[in-house]
Amino acid sequence: MTESTLHPQLIQRSPALEFVKRAPGALYLLALMAVVLTIFTPEFFTAANLTNVALQVAVLTIVALGMTLVILTEGIDLSLGPVLGLCGVAASLMVVAGYPLIAAIAVAIGIGAALGLLNGSLIAVAGMPPFIVTLGTFGIAQSIATVLTGGDSVVRLPDYYRWFNDGVFMAIPVPIWATAAVFGVTWLLLYRTKFGRYVFAIGGNRQALELAGTYVDVYHIAVYMYAGILTAIASFIMTARMNAAHPTIGVGLEFDAIAAVILGGTSFEKGHGGIAGTIVGALAVGVLRNGLNLLDVGTEWQVAIVGVVIITAVGLDSLRGLNA
Amino acid sequence: MSRAAYLLPAGVVRRIDHGLFVVLSRLLALIVLVVVLAVLSPQFLSWDNFLNVMRQASLQFLMAAGLTIVVLTGGIDLAIGAVLGLSACLSASLVSQGYVAWGIIAALAAGAAAGSVNGVLVTFGRIPPFIATYGMLWIAHGLGYVFMKGEVIYGLPEAFRFIGAGFVYGIPVPLIVAVVVLLALHIMLHKTVLGRSIYAIGGNPSAARLSGMPVRARLIFVYMLSGFLSGFAALVVIARINAADSSLGEDLLLPAIATVCLGGTSLFGGVGGIAGTAIGAVILALVVNGMNLLGVQTFWQSGVMGAIILISVLADQIGGSRLIGNRS
Repeated sequence: MTESTLHPQLIQRSPALEFVKRAPGALYLLALMAVVLTIFTPEFFTAANLTNVALQVAVLTIVALGMTLVILTEGIDLSLGPVLGLCGVAASLMVVAGYPLIAAIAVAIGIGAALGLLNGSLIAVAGMPPFIVTLGTFGIAQSIATVLTGGDSVVRLPDYYRWFNDGVFMAIPVPIWATAAVFGVTWLLLYRTKFGRYVFAIGGNRQALELAGTYVDVYHIAVYMYAGILTAIASFIMTARMNAAHPTIGVGLEFDAIAAVILGGTSFEKGHGGIAGTIVGALAVGVLRNGLNLLDVGTEWQVAIVGVVIITAVGLDSLRGLNA
Repeated sequence: MSRAAYLLPAGVVRRIDHGLFVVLSRLLALIVLVVVLAVLSPQFLSWDNFLNVMRQASLQFLMAAGLTIVVLTGGIDLAIGAVLGLSACLSASLVSQGYVAWGIIAALAAGAAAGSVNGVLVTFGRIPPFIATYGMLWIAHGLGYVFMKGEVIYGLPEAFRFIGAGFVYGIPVPLIVAVVVLLALHIMLHKTVLGRSIYAIGGNPSAARLSGMPVRARLIFVYMLSGFLSGFAALVVIARINAADSSLGEDLLLPAIATVCLGGTSLFGGVGGIAGTAIGAVILALVVNGMNLLGVQTFWQSGVMGAIILISVLADQIGGSRLIGNRS
């Protein structure tokens, strides 16, 4: 009785209970899978396998961090998979042709930024729906990458290229350093700069931002460019891991990235969420795929299972939103 | 901004401007394509090639018809290509073993079932349409791979192949099928209560709900219809190419969306129609035909589809809605 008469903000809530209610679905999925996999497969909880998972998840995490910012603005970027393929192919072709590595890196990052600029301009300035715009650039990036290689893989990469995946610095592999660095930069951008506050505000109430006299379009475009640049960075690790670049290597990665973001608790509505959850989400997707491999589930089933997981995650997310 | 805009309700002016712009620009695109291709390629203006283009356009139309209706409600169905592929695999496997009737039923039922799931997820699950159908895309792809295990089915019975490869009085059967589907959907959209409510839901979902329309039931029906038509298109496609494998549906999504965008149906819902999609299918078939005649690598095709999507939506946005300064 006393509780109902109190002002809502004065009701004492147990912090532990609040955490359980608000923790992203990824955390539960991750915990559940860790327990199940440790019991049912002897290989899962070994240092070798866990390192392997961390390395595999690096590419996904970096792409998903960019995707988080896009989704926070109530957008989506379906083109990131093919963009990764295109950046990888372009950089590899240059390196194989004998250009210095730094030039290849600059070109790949330039391509990622340019496609982000195209996406962002059409979405922010022209007001076109994000999924349609990025589906269009999906086709364009895919096509350019295939034409560049004639549909083949780029092989015979110089040995030093493998450093992006195999390199070890201070006992920690390079992909993990890269993920940590990208996370750090994204965290600073998102929580310590004006850019970051506008990312949340664009998703929350874009019109209010426009009326406040901000150059919203510039920040909105920058979000898509940032996602493109991160994807270019991820493409180096991906290419080094495969020791080859293939135009379609990124297909489906955008799907895993969206799954990671949503499982991590970022919502499609009103700029709710953050990047810490995305790390957990990417780990959950990575462990899910790793576990399905260990349990000998075929790739074809994996595709369908991740589809079910993403739909369930968004469904639960929106139903939870109803109660809040 | 024209002065007349102040004299009429905004929606009415937008529709007139939008419609006029779409019709004129598509007419122009058709004329330019035909003239350019006739000049560049001597084979273009032959009867055989005309039939070829029309048959290609018919298939293209059938693949995009269901999507058009979903887009009219303000939604999207990214799963159509994958659902088509899955239906094609199920059906081809049954038909090639001689169970033609069961094969047809399987394709239509699988399509309708996948579509219904999409509809339920979008309405009762409150999941944004592009996410629900994107998830369904991967589920359908996955099930297709599981079912086919990498095999290719070919060699379907002649009687079945009639709907894809046959001729009646010299006219390809797919063209006749497409015209029948076009008429049926056009009548449904413009002459029935259901059709009007589809436009109403796309135009203003809240108003539609408040006026007492069963919005959820209508939306589920629309997604189911989209899946059903994908299953139907799958039958015509496998009859035409005489084969099916699990990757059949992978490259069909971009062309289908390009067809709808070329047809001038607004992605925000409520504006456009099935007739536009038929025109879009003819334009797209001409583009593909032209690329083949001019010997352009097939690698370029997905890029061209992507560019067509971006350009046609951007043009409609600037040329149509923006005429009265209304960004919707």
